[in-house]
Amino acid sequence: MSTSKILKSATRKRQERILIVITLLSLASLAKFGFASNTHLKTTFGFVLGREWVWVHEWSVTSAHGSFIFSILALLGCGLGYWMLRSGKKLGLSSALVSFGLLMSFVCWAAADKFIPFTGLLQGALLLAIPLIFGSMSGLLCERSGVINIAIEGQLLAGAFVSGVVASLTHQAGLGLLVAPLAGALISLLLAIFAIKFSVDQVILGFVLNVFVIGLTDFLYKKLLIPYQATWNTGPTFSNIQIPILGKLPIIGPVLFDQTIIVYLMYAFVAIITFALFKTKWGLRTRAVGEHPTAADSVGIDVNKLRFRNVLLAGVVAGVGGAYFTVGSVGSFGKEMTAGAGFIALAALIFGKWSPMGALAAALLFGFADKLQQTLSIIGVAIPSEFMLMVPYIATIIAVSGLVGRVRAPAADGVAYSRGGSH
Amino acid sequence: MSFELRGITKTFGSLVANDSIDLKVEAGEILAILGENGAGKSTLMNIAYGLLQADSGTILVDGKEISINEPSDALAAGIGMVHQHFMLIPVFTVAENIILGHERTGRAGTLKLEDARAAIKKVSEEFGFDVDPDAIVEELPVGVQQRVEIIKALIYNAKVLILDEPTAVLTPQETDDLLRIMKDLKAKGTAIIFITHKLREVKIAADRISIIRRGKVVGSAQPSASQEELASLMVGREVTLAPDKTAHTIGDVILSVKDIVIKDHTGRDIVSDISFDVCAGEVLAIAGVQGNGQTEVARALINLEDHIVGSMKLDGVEINGFSVHKSLDEGIAFIPESRELDGLISSFSIAENLVLDVHTQAPYAKGISLSPSQIRAEAEKRIIEFDIRTQSVSDPVSSLSGGNKQKVVLARELSRPVKLLIASQPTRGLDVGSIEFVHERILAERDAGRAVLLFSTELDEVMALADRIAVMYRGKILAIVNSDVTRDQLGLLMAGVVSAGAKSA
Repeated sequence: MSTSKILKSATRKRQERILIVITLLSLASLAKFGFASNTHLKTTFGFVLGREWVWVHEWSVTSAHGSFIFSILALLGCGLGYWMLRSGKKLGLSSALVSFGLLMSFVCWAAADKFIPFTGLLQGALLLAIPLIFGSMSGLLCERSGVINIAIEGQLLAGAFVSGVVASLTHQAGLGLLVAPLAGALISLLLAIFAIKFSVDQVILGFVLNVFVIGLTDFLYKKLLIPYQATWNTGPTFSNIQIPILGKLPIIGPVLFDQTIIVYLMYAFVAIITFALFKTKWGLRTRAVGEHPTAADSVGIDVNKLRFRNVLLAGVVAGVGGAYFTVGSVGSFGKEMTAGAGFIALAALIFGKWSPMGALAAALLFGFADKLQQTLSIIGVAIPSEFMLMVPYIATIIAVSGLVGRVRAPAADGVAYSRGGSH
Repeated sequence: MSFELRGITKTFGSLVANDSIDLKVEAGEILAILGENGAGKSTLMNIAYGLLQADSGTILVDGKEISINEPSDALAAGIGMVHQHFMLIPVFTVAENIILGHERTGRAGTLKLEDARAAIKKVSEEFGFDVDPDAIVEELPVGVQQRVEIIKALIYNAKVLILDEPTAVLTPQETDDLLRIMKDLKAKGTAIIFITHKLREVKIAADRISIIRRGKVVGSAQPSASQEELASLMVGREVTLAPDKTAHTIGDVILSVKDIVIKDHTGRDIVSDISFDVCAGEVLAIAGVQGNGQTEVARALINLEDHIVGSMKLDGVEINGFSVHKSLDEGIAFIPESRELDGLISSFSIAENLVLDVHTQAPYAKGISLSPSQIRAEAEKRIIEFDIRTQSVSDPVSSLSGGNKQKVVLARELSRPVKLLIASQPTRGLDVGSIEFVHERILAERDAGRAVLLFSTELDEVMALADRIAVMYRGKILAIVNSDVTRDQLGLLMAGVVSAGAKSA
């Protein structure tokens, strides 16, 4: 009992310290962006992409005023945080408010005299987050059952390649999407056989699988896709499906409900995984084999069979995520087009505390940071690009550190299970 | 119902863990299985529970042969087991742990916990357990976690309950509670197999006793047998439970500790203002319930703790602020509380572990390279001197039993010329034979004129070895008493009651 109390008080101390840091940051933002900016320049936010019912008017605000308002919002978030800490609540809302305030304050300052397509920014953020979300769900399914999955990158890439090629050959994006999960599951099958049956070190194994998939797709790309591009690598893509009514709402319509089928699949996957993991028999057993496989075995659960299945399932999820790169966006496959998304997905999973909602939030933050940096460099903001690349991530880390608390992986993560292993 | 094992044999490679073992237990009976660590008790019970398969032999329930290939088979046959290391998911609630493997689901496959909650409450009330179904297991005290294990077995109608070393992790109070619970269960008709190596508990709880040694049943005994008789059967030779302590001459003060204060990282006092002296040729025992600052004092004496305030003089030299290495070189032998974590490097060989402290010195090292032949030769001598049972000194130390591991630690620490021996819980988790050996070595050090500082939570050990006893409670020394104090007085002091009539020494 006492240990958990000590841990709680340590967590509280750490949260207090984080609150002090973010309060200081908010004050600095207020001083730097709110008071010291150009007062005559205006920042303009656009909200319309074209297919909404109601067109929200552009919002134009003096750069300094905007920064001032959002810095105050961040400070209010800090205040809320102190109150929540006092009453023993979690700091999720507060850190979300602070990071939003800080980011917007920064945007108002940085984009003085410029136009920011705000809705487009959010939509882009979601799209950039899609493969991260699928990837982190794949990692989650594996790691919650006790198998480390470093091979997310490989699973995504395999999904992207196979779906691109199949869609090109058949001229059907749907078929591409259908085979992508098989490609992901195939990589998972290798992971499962070696990690579970032969107890190979899972980190090294995952890394090797990534190298394998990168090598194989590079080779096929060079020998097949480039020479015969017209037949092998010119695939169709999915067009957006606008959900009736919801899709026509201002701002959230185009961001959330005017997307391709892959995005809707993502919503379904996250919802199902969240529900299943915490509310069903399968979820209870999955968490049990990830925490204490011997205990699960002692009540008659076949640990390795369940792990095997979950790893395969994870491959299916990542495969769908891979399809996003080709049939979900550009149609054709490009060399190493996943560009490290699998690893960022892994980071999102850890930042998200191995929970589906946490991983989702982390992936969205990464996506937003990336899109913001892209947008600012496109509209040509007069600050060094290196600094621009940094700031969104710093905000992300602050938000995440408040959300995350003590990070604890599933206890048996990465440990192969065999009965009476000590003998 | 009756439960019987007939001719169970199990081998691991060349090691015969169980050699045609026969056992039988009837409903409403407690059968104690007594044996040293490594005698094969746990292997036998894992076979009975389906976690391991026997090479040969049969398992009978009510005289009918059944086959148990999986734990689920054992559960179906009414066999429940409380493992030494709990089979509970620490991050789950009690109810979630209970339903795991027996889940009931409602619409859309959602888990139904209500039945489990009700069943837990019912069993809890029946036996006076006081367990909250929605508590997170890792936040419960160890004794309560064990009750969750018992509830788990009872809810699934276990008629035979196997308790594997159930008291190893419990405090004396929790142990008494468990023994009472076992009697309640017995009265309600449960057959209990109680595996242990603790003689006192066997005498209190058991109806019959079977003794296992080196994988064989070597005899049976009645609980009325004396502890000495039981111990001899268990070890296979005469055992003296109370070591001979000869009158001794006390020498000069070797260790003088004055006003030591140790704080934790939050600035709270863990140890406040304690002072004591230890003389050459005496054993000063520091007694107390676990977690009252003893661990920190022991570590502080070789400067393993940070920010120690106060004075620690070893033979006149102030050692506070020395490095650990230098503290040891001043003449301290240190037996840490956890031999697996702090005393040994598990994956290193026995020979390597024996020279951990001196491997940089001649003759074990030449320049920058080690001299393996010298290290081996020295190890060969040590394993004979300290009776370390192993096939080879190059085997990893992790292959040894607990007792032999502790002998490796002792052999290493006592092979240097030292002035002071600090032994922290030196017999924790050891069997009778090894305890006897460790006690003899500690007294031998005392008789050779070394100062000995013994940290122990075991009353029997403190009474048997100490010349003087200091009782620690909440970071303070409550009293330092002579060894003629009674068990009860000492027990009261350990509970923080000062006016126990104990005279200070």
